[in-house]
Amino acid sequence: MLVQKHYQNDRIIPEKDIDNCGLFGVMDTSGRRFGGEMAVNAIKNMKVRGNGLGGGFAIYGLYPEYKDYYALHIMYQDKNMSAKRKTEEILTENFYVVYDEEIPTDPSVNVFSPPLVWRYFVKPQKNSEEANMADDEYVVSKVMHMNTDVDDVYVFSSGKNMGVFKGVGFPEEIADYFMLEKLYEGYIWTVHSRFPTNTPGWWGGAHPFSMLDWTVVHNGEISSYGTNRRFLELHDFYCTLHTDTEVMAYAVDLLMRRQGLPIEVVSKIFAPPMWNAIERMNKEEKELYTTLRMVYAPLLMNGPFTVVIAHHNEMIGITDRIRLRPITAGAKGNLVFLSSEEMAIRRVCPDLELTWTPAGGEPVVARLNTQDHLKSLNKSI
Amino acid sequence: MNGLNMKFGWRDNFMDGLRPLHELENFSEINGLRAEIDAQDLKHKELNDLLFHLVKKGAREINIKNVFGQRYIGSRIFLPDAQDKVKIDVYNFPGNDLGVFLGGHYINVHGNAQDGVGNTMDNGQIVVHGRAGDVVAMSMRGGKVFIRDNVGYRTAIHMKEYKDKVPVLVIGGTAQDFFGEYMAGGKVILLGLNLKEDEYHKANYIGTGMHGGVIYLRGNVEEHQLGKEVGVRQLDDSDWEVVTKYVQEYCGHFDASEQEILAGKFQKLLPVSSRPYGNIYAY
Repeated sequence: MLVQKHYQNDRIIPEKDIDNCGLFGVMDTSGRRFGGEMAVNAIKNMKVRGNGLGGGFAIYGLYPEYKDYYALHIMYQDKNMSAKRKTEEILTENFYVVYDEEIPTDPSVNVFSPPLVWRYFVKPQKNSEEANMADDEYVVSKVMHMNTDVDDVYVFSSGKNMGVFKGVGFPEEIADYFMLEKLYEGYIWTVHSRFPTNTPGWWGGAHPFSMLDWTVVHNGEISSYGTNRRFLELHDFYCTLHTDTEVMAYAVDLLMRRQGLPIEVVSKIFAPPMWNAIERMNKEEKELYTTLRMVYAPLLMNGPFTVVIAHHNEMIGITDRIRLRPITAGAKGNLVFLSSEEMAIRRVCPDLELTWTPAGGEPVVARLNTQDHLKSLNKSI
Repeated sequence: MNGLNMKFGWRDNFMDGLRPLHELENFSEINGLRAEIDAQDLKHKELNDLLFHLVKKGAREINIKNVFGQRYIGSRIFLPDAQDKVKIDVYNFPGNDLGVFLGGHYINVHGNAQDGVGNTMDNGQIVVHGRAGDVVAMSMRGGKVFIRDNVGYRTAIHMKEYKDKVPVLVIGGTAQDFFGEYMAGGKVILLGLNLKEDEYHKANYIGTGMHGGVIYLRGNVEEHQLGKEVGVRQLDDSDWEVVTKYVQEYCGHFDASEQEILAGKFQKLLPVSSRPYGNIYAY
């Protein structure tokens, strides 16, 4: 169902629709794996938040039978077979590939111009120079190499026991295309429906964005993109996907995985308190927040955003510090929900026990086998 | 960039696949003045089309069941006779912009509401038996809104008044930041009933850029929570009259004790200037 109308004049193209993306995440904090029904139905309930130009899912606990191997999901734009050959050369040179297959898709689902999407389960095969490199670092560097140096190739998922599925279409179409509800289970599902405003809608540009097992879905617009990107380039992260959210994924990887900072601190780097609020803090806090603002100034995420960040064992929701994009959290038993709209949660979980809305910049953190998500309650409404 | 979006197939997320009224009628029942809608699988526009259709067929008391996030409920209901009112009961969970541009009708929500309740509402009344999200009563220009529990960010942003058209917003709980931001008119009452005695309201930047209207605030705020553009005053007799009147109405809608509420500490927040940014932008 493509747009029939051809616009004569560029100036009347609905260039900047005023709307926003929709996001949703659900986690079972007991680690129980479940199907995609809730994620798909919730995002369907927020259909008007997207416009069919992007949808995607991240699923954790996806490949238990291959949980010790990095699962690389790779898309070959325009089904470019020479790019695939080139990529597979790189893969066999640098990894032990234990299994690979085309990701099964349902050809009866009508999506626009799908790329060839392949998955590889791999283990690093390091040469003598790289022997001391940590596995994660090694994988990151090879992923960056494939993304930047080979045309038409995008590694869009590279974690263990998790995977990203994304593309152009409404999220429920992407779910049908990859047959997510039939084939997969996980203990965290995050999903995004995209309303690209400043950037093209293309398969690689759909959310979630990921690096290793970190994924980010984002609603909003990061106006500090230039500053953030330059800072990340100093740390060998190169942006290739033509969209702002990418910096968020790499920043999370840098701060949380490489530098080992907890999300409670990272959230204060992305959305720091105002200087006048820091003024009123006690000496210790003042020193902490001043230091964070000085050291990590280039990673302050400016502009409106709500993101749901996930990796193994954790799902985190956070907004910008003056909450220019919405988020609602919900809980029932072991299930924790994060959503752009409360009613999407209620649609899939009518007997919800709790809903709350955190203040801007305050993270809601759902952790495996804990009740940590309730810690944000007292700062919420 | 747009070339690409066109190529990849931009679609109208609101208007795609709308069903005609004769199909939508199957989701409703009408019996004289009363009608009922099952909104389970209706899109935003379908629900509002059906609502107005039932009103035109004579329904004046309409229950909408199984609402899950449908937006704009109650907009576009225009009746030539200004005294002709429609009463809408929403079960349970309306979406954004509930009662947007509402033209004098009554909406009762039996559950929480989302963002933008009473957006640019003209007249009538919205009662929410629960909490509401961000930008409640944004640009509201008349009528009354009662929210039982808390509200989110930027409540009453740019609310306005003109002569005898004065909007009223009463909130039972507390609010988040930028409460009354750029307020240009109207009366807002924040009761803080769910706060403990020594607890402060959650909002910072209260009344930032405020240049009209009044906020009556029950409970505690610290000075730094207030925006630069507001001053704190004691209530005088005419203020108490206003507060008592609307607290009584609040207690009529929800289960609360008027004496207890009025015994609390009230302060009145007023803008200190009608043109707070005059010296920045005017030459």
